[in-house]
Amino acid sequence: MSEVTDQIRQILAEHARLPVDPQSLSDDADLYQAGMSSHASVNVMLALEDTFDIEFPDRMLTRSVFESIAAIATAVAELRTEAAA
Amino acid sequence: MPVRVGIDLVSVQGVRDALEGHGQRYLERVYTPAERQSCGGREGVDPQRLAARFAAKEATLKVLRPGSVGVPWREIEVNRAPEGWVSLALSGAAAGLARQAGITDLALSLSHEGDLALAVVVAEVPSREG
Repeated sequence: MSEVTDQIRQILAEHARLPVDPQSLSDDADLYQAGMSSHASVNVMLALEDTFDIEFPDRMLTRSVFESIAAIATAVAELRTEAAA
Repeated sequence: MPVRVGIDLVSVQGVRDALEGHGQRYLERVYTPAERQSCGGREGVDPQRLAARFAAKEATLKVLRPGSVGVPWREIEVNRAPEGWVSLALSGAAAGLARQAGITDLALSLSHEGDLALAVVVAEVPSREG
């Protein structure tokens, strides 16, 4: 999981337009509170899809799926499992 | 009758970044064909108009209060009348949330200046909803 969260932090650094370094955020830190806008979360979602070769289905287009590094890692793991099944 | 208000502010530069980074995939994921057409011009899509439409979608979500319900952005469509005013059309899960809340009409206003685009959405709700 740690490799995945490292990749997520890298994506956040490139696409989330956060005013803080994602390396300084805990896995459970609220990304919206940290300054991620809803539009930036779209960029993050598209970059996650590119990096992990997944596609976020409509049912996962909720605010809570992208609210923390841990939540994103859980969603990525779920989608990779589905893709591998 | 009580009202719900949603407001959202979007950076036009953020939209430019999305267009540069994800191009057509970003456009097709977020905006309807009609929206893409209405934001187009001789020099391609206008990031400022796209930013205003994205703000409208997010402001609408604040009114609809989706919680754990996933709402694709394309299910909230901004239409622009030839006279210049704008309106919203909902479909799918977005329309379902509006029905559940007793919302029959949504009013939208857009504005942009420099790097920022703003949208405000207002809806009347039955008094039991608050």
